[in-house]
Amino acid sequence: MEQFAQEVDASGLNCPLPILRAKKALNGMEKGQKLRLVTTDKGSVRDFEAFTKQTGNPLLETSEEQGTYTFIIEKG
Amino acid sequence: MAQKKLAIIAAKGTLDGAYPPFILASTAAALDYEVQVFFTFYGLQLLRRELDLKVTPLGNPAMPMPMKMDKWFPTMLTALPGMEGMMTTMMQKKIAEKGVASVQELRDACQESGVQLIACQMTVDLFDMNPDEFIEGIDYAGAADFFAFAGDSDICLYM
Repeated sequence: MEQFAQEVDASGLNCPLPILRAKKALNGMEKGQKLRLVTTDKGSVRDFEAFTKQTGNPLLETSEEQGTYTFIIEKG
Repeated sequence: MAQKKLAIIAAKGTLDGAYPPFILASTAAALDYEVQVFFTFYGLQLLRRELDLKVTPLGNPAMPMPMKMDKWFPTMLTALPGMEGMMTTMMQKKIAEKGVASVQELRDACQESGVQLIACQMTVDLFDMNPDEFIEGIDYAGAADFFAFAGDSDICLYM
């Protein structure tokens, strides 16, 4: 199984908390390390696309399963 | 790329009015913006150590109420004693249930991420407010100081 430098569970949290949690986690990471983040907020799909694009941290993967969204973000 | 700047004027002091400035300021900071929020008039209530923010359907026909009360409850009765407290309690319960951040939490996030919070000195004087009742780490200034930052901001919002 793939190893992540940080894992954040933002399930049940609403805008903008998942973004703020992600930013906090990324702040403590080194370039190239990966963050795995889980949310249940439907708005978070577009929000994380926008967040990663604007902050230069590539969004490697997005997946959805029964209302749970998983994002893999690389620290840029 | 130069760091983008967001300038906000926060002029409302209700529970619902507290969300837009703190959500946008904390999110912009997470997007690496430099952010300044200028609190004026009733917005100063958002800087109190002990937040006591309320929401009321009075004068706000668009506010959804429990049991679709906004559709049938007589407007005049929303002025009854206890209504404001009841609506505020219900809103706070909803906020917690839906995983929405508290105002306090968003304000803390703003301060942690370096958002500059500026209190309007004129308002402090006008309402005889006591700066000891405000949180630490804020500055006090006037309109000219706002323009010093807002003048080269990329986004400037009045809320």
